[in-house]
Order: sequence, then C-alpha cells, then structure tokens
Amino acid sequence: MKTFRIGGVHPAENKLSAGSHIREAALPKQAVFSMFQHIGAPAKPVVKKGDVVKVGTLLGEAGGFVSAPIYSSVSGKVSKVDVALDSSDTRRMAVYVDVEGDEWEESIDRSTDLVRLEDRPDLDAKTIVEKIKQAGIVGMGGATFPCHVKLCPPPGQKAECVIINAVECEPYLTADHSLMLEKADEILVGVTLIMKAVGVERGYIGIENNKPDAIRLMQEKAGKYHRGIEVVPLKVRYPQGGEKQLIDAVIGRQVPAPPAIPINVGAVVQNVGTAFAIYEAVMKNKPLISRVITVTGKSVQKPSNLLARLGTPLSQLIDECGGLPADTGKIIGGGPMMGKALISLDIPMTKGSSGLLVMTEKEARRAEPDPCIRCAKCVGACPMGLEPFLLAQLSSQHMWDEAEHEAIVSCIECGSCAFTCPSHRPLLDHIRLGKTTVMGIIRARAAKK
Amino acid sequence: MSNRLVVSLSPHVHSGDSVRKNMYGVCLALAPAMIASLYFFGLGAAVVMLSSIIACVFFEWSITKFILKRERSTVMDGSAILTGILLGFNMPSNLPIWIIVIGALVAIGVGKMTFGGLGQNPFNPALVGRVFLLISFPAQMTTWPVSGSVEYLDAQTGATPLSIMKWAIQSGDASALKDLPSSMDMFLGMHGGALGEVSALLLLLGCVFMIVRKIITWHIPVSILGTVAILSAILPVANPVYANPVAVLCGGGLMLGACFMATDYVTSPMAPKGQIIYGVAIGALTVIIRNWGSYPEGMSFAILIMNAFTPLINTYCKPRRFGEVAGKEAKK
Repeated sequence: MKTFRIGGVHPAENKLSAGSHIREAALPKQAVFSMFQHIGAPAKPVVKKGDVVKVGTLLGEAGGFVSAPIYSSVSGKVSKVDVALDSSDTRRMAVYVDVEGDEWEESIDRSTDLVRLEDRPDLDAKTIVEKIKQAGIVGMGGATFPCHVKLCPPPGQKAECVIINAVECEPYLTADHSLMLEKADEILVGVTLIMKAVGVERGYIGIENNKPDAIRLMQEKAGKYHRGIEVVPLKVRYPQGGEKQLIDAVIGRQVPAPPAIPINVGAVVQNVGTAFAIYEAVMKNKPLISRVITVTGKSVQKPSNLLARLGTPLSQLIDECGGLPADTGKIIGGGPMMGKALISLDIPMTKGSSGLLVMTEKEARRAEPDPCIRCAKCVGACPMGLEPFLLAQLSSQHMWDEAEHEAIVSCIECGSCAFTCPSHRPLLDHIRLGKTTVMGIIRARAAKK
Repeated sequence: MSNRLVVSLSPHVHSGDSVRKNMYGVCLALAPAMIASLYFFGLGAAVVMLSSIIACVFFEWSITKFILKRERSTVMDGSAILTGILLGFNMPSNLPIWIIVIGALVAIGVGKMTFGGLGQNPFNPALVGRVFLLISFPAQMTTWPVSGSVEYLDAQTGATPLSIMKWAIQSGDASALKDLPSSMDMFLGMHGGALGEVSALLLLLGCVFMIVRKIITWHIPVSILGTVAILSAILPVANPVYANPVAVLCGGGLMLGACFMATDYVTSPMAPKGQIIYGVAIGALTVIIRNWGSYPEGMSFAILIMNAFTPLINTYCKPRRFGEVAGKEAKK
C-alpha cells in the first residue's frame, strides 16, 4: 500500500465520531462573520449596521487576488461591524448579524437533485474558476488557502493531475469521512469540475485505509463520472494529509524546498470538502456558507459530525453534542496534531473549522521536559527530513543564519517531532519561533534588493 | 470555566514515549544476557553486577544532589542503572569491589556528570569507566575467569578467545587457533571473557528486541557487525593466522559493543547516513586494533574514538531532505 517516503508517526486515531451521520446544527441567534477566514488579504466589509441580509448575501468582498469574499449564512439584520475574537485567538474585523427567520437569496438552487458535468455543457474552465472565486471557497482541510489561486497556475506551469485530499490524518476528525459517505456523488462531480478547471484528464482521490467504507464507495462510483479518476488507498500514517506528503504518496514526486509549490511537480491538490463546496458553488450557485465540523473529545457525550452554518458560535455546537464536559481542560479548533488551542467558546465557526476537540484536564497538561538524550527519534519522525532537535536548539539560541542554513523554512509544523520526543521537549514551539523569524529575515532581504 | 482553559501550541497529544521507557527498555533487552552471566559465572557475576549498579546509581544521586545541587533528580530515569549494568558487563567476574567502585566513579562522575549529566556527555560513560580501569589496573582487568567458574574472587581463570587469536597473530602460528572453542560454544557463550560479553546469542536477541520496540534503529549494529564480518571473512583467506568470522564476531566485547554500547543515544550520530559511517568505522577500527594493535580487544577504543567523531559526523551527514531527489526524478 502506498504512503509517503520520509518520516511520519502513527498517533492513536480516536475517531470517536466515525460512522455518525451528519446532523444539521440549529441556526444561531446571532452569527459573527470574521473577515479573516482565509490566508491572504482580509475581506472588506460591504454592509453596515441596520442592513437586512439573506442567506447568501455578500458581507465582505475579496481584499485582493489572494483573498476570498465572505457571505452571510443566515438571514436577519446587521447589528454591528466591529472586531470579534476569531479562531486565531485574536480580535479582528467582523460582521455581526442578528438572525431572523431563514430566507435565502433566490439565485441559490436549494434542491438536492444531482447536476452532473454533462448536464452543463456551457461550463468552461474559466467560468468554473470564476464561480469558485465568487463563492469564496478556500481550502477546507484547515489551511484555508483561497481555492481559485491554486486553480490558476503561474505562467509556464502546467498541471498534470488533480489530487483530492481525503486522507484526514488528524486523529479524532471524521468530517471528511462522513462527507464522503453521504455526498459521494456530489464530491465526484466536484472532482470533475476541478479537473476541467485545470485541464487535466487524471484525478486521484487519496484515502487512508482506516476508512475502508469510503474507499469502497468512492471506487464503486468514480467510474460513473470520469474514467480518469482513481481512488488510491493509503497506509495510515501522519502527516499524510500534508500536501507535500500526499503528492509523494500518490504520484511519487517530491515538491522541492520552498519557494517551490505543488504545481512545479504537476500536481493540484484540493481537499475533499473543497470538492464538495465547489460542486455546490458551480452547480447550485451556493456560496460557501456552511461546512461539516467534527465535535468530539473523550468526555464529550455525543461526538458528532455537524453540518453548521459559518458564524455559529462554537459554544452552541458543543451544546448540541451534550454540552461542555465538567472536566474540560483544553479546547482545540481543528485536530490534536495541528489544531489551535482556543481561549474562549464565543469564537464563531469559520471556513477552516474542521473540528472542535475538547480535551480533559488530564489530557491538556504537557509533561515536564527532560534533557535531550539525542535519541534521534525526532529526526526519524520528521516527514521533511529535517533535524528538529537541532532546529529547536538553534532557534532557542537565536542563531537565525544557522537555522536558515538547516532549512528551517521547510518545516510544515506537523508536530511529529514533539509528538514522538521521549523527553517531552517542546521542539515545535521553538521551531515555530525560529521559522517565523527566519521567514521575516528572508522577506526583509528580498525587499532590500 | 473559560478562564481556566489551557492554551498551548500544537501538537496537543504525545506518543507516551519517555526517557524512562527507553532506558528500562534497554535494561530489559540486557536481561537475558544478565541471567546467562549468572549461569556462566555464578556468584562472581552477581557481586560484580550488583556493586557496579549500586555504585553508579549512588554516584549519580550524590553528584546531582550535593555538587550540581539540582532539585530535579535524574537518578531514577534508568540511565545510571543502565551505565551500571553495562560497566558490570565489561568486567571480569572476579574483580574486587573497590576497583568496581572506582570504575563507577569514573564512569558516572567523569564520563557523565562533569559534562552536565544525561544527554551532555560526549563519550559513552560505561566505556570511559572500563577503559580507565583497563589502563589503571591492567592485570586485574585482563585476567578472565573461564565460563562455568562460579566462584567470586577465586574463580578459575584462563585464556579467552581473543587472547588465543592475538597469540596466533603474534607468533605467526595458525595452529594456535585450534584452541578456540567451537563456533557453537562461542555463539552460546561457553568461553572466557567479561561477564556480560560472552553470550552472543542472547545479546543479539536483546538487540532484535530493541529494534522491534523501536528503541534503536538497525543502522549502527548492522553496519558494525557487517563490517567486521566482511573484514574477518577476507583476512583468513589472505593469511591463516587470522581467526574465522564467527569467532571474531562472538569473541570479546564485539556483540555487546555493537548492540548496546555503540548504540548509546547520546554519543552516536543522529542521521541514518551518519550512523552507518560511524558503524563502519567502529567495525574497521576494531578489526585493526584487535589484529595489529597491542591490546587483544579493540571494541571499547573503537567506540570511544568514533564517539569523538560524532559531532563532526553530525555536522556533515544530514538526513535526506524532502524534495532533494525531485530534480533527479524529474529527469528520468
């Protein structure tokens, strides 16, 4: 079975919510839409206090090419345009909407009929990309990189294949898994749309073999939509859902060090949730206003996959799964390997919210670090072939030139090193600091030239 | 509630591995050979090993507490016990306790704690102790009880396979090699030597256990044993005074060194490529010292020499970076 070639770890999977049907979460009383739901320039609010909005009304327009517009996921009245705490634990510009009823923009097709690519001969690559851009779709795996940017290869670069990331290698998370089981047809149409948008005849769907039902279902259906789609079962290994690792696993090519990007090896990678959002945007005219989020944790009463409107406060999602457990010690937006610890539950759900993980007080504590025993387990675990012990040491001593020389910017922050360290050393904390500083130094140097 | 949330950077989960698990894992891997040493050397093995372990733990504890004045003691993390076991394994079973205590003081005090304790020492502490004793007490450290002699101080001593090999080379008389124990006896441990070194079979088993449990990787033991096997297979063809590969591999401290001493985390290189260079160099140095040096055994010196090269190897041998091969592949 295929997998990536360097490093990797196997954390306990803990997929507590696997097999639970996607439930629709209730509408919130107030929805808050952060203008920073993607990587790149923030969106610019285009509504003001008192404006009446519907589901699908534009709230913020894209702030540049690498940016994405924000749409309302609810109907009601704009109560204020002000800062709000978001999932990066910072206060940033947002639009507050007081919810009244559930009225949708008429342009949105709310029927559940499947529309296939053959049914829409009018769609060409350019139209598809434009629709995706207009719908505000970003990478749904959690990276939230604006989707249309990846579908417009830089001049001179040509895509050879599309790889759909259905790996979901983060422990606990099952949102993509449940989506595949319930929306397989829509996802496959979405894949054909992406393939058409970048002009390729080959598409791969990479799924780890801890989801045999999804692999089977996708394999059965793929041929019906495009002969070039192949489902690739992958050996379970973290961080296989990392873009570079996935490309290596599926087509055996390694993206060189930054600034190289996947298109340099001919690959365009999109998350399976993104494929579904693309289907809805292009075929149903529905902007990105909702997504599936896994709400889970060992002491959560009812770990679930919820289809929730963006802007819904996270506290409400936990309430729908049995409420916040008394022994809660840490709340994580995303999965346990790369997710962010949140400082509050008032934070609204955003486009990148793939999971909400509640950890008990006991799980939340880190062990005291011991001295580094130079066991090299971090070196063996690093999927980028780096030396985490060395990068952490160089960073903690502020030796930025040396850190740059040791390729610190290649770090993908997957956390395999700190996960595996027998001495419980906070390797990634130091490396992140070093990576951010070195990237700043590199940018400053480029600006001078 | 929300004001009591823990906020820290990812990753939020841990493999559950710990220093302790690894150190005790190595101890467990050494257990079969330890039990075998009781069978081969009886009371002597028990006295030597116990005093070595107790002395090492005592020195680690007292230096941490009274000299370094650290609040958090590493004494129970298993590393001092491991040094104690390895040091004991390297000694003859009739060694007086006072020499063992000196060895433990040098191993822990000089070899480990002077550099700052666990993780900081450039040389393998047990080997520092052993080599110090070998140079300071050459007579006691080179008189080896024969296997099956279960007394302590009055154990019956005799020639070891290594001394027979050395004699054959020095006298130029290949017939001296006839006195070597049979290959099977060598492999099982029915020959003279340091108390923990004799059973190649059980040491290999321990090594396989460590590799399976991912305490160590295969690179160092395989490269050392492979290098020695190849060199000692070629040498007897060139000149019959050199012993056969099985005797070379199973004799002396080679197996113990390759599986347990050279693989010491702290003093061996970090990247797989570096570990192989380190292993091949140890294997080659051992063969050179054993055959052409003045000591019959070269394993400890070879490992210590390569310990000194470890920082240099780490500087020049980097792991294969992701994407490094992409250029070559693209051309294909």
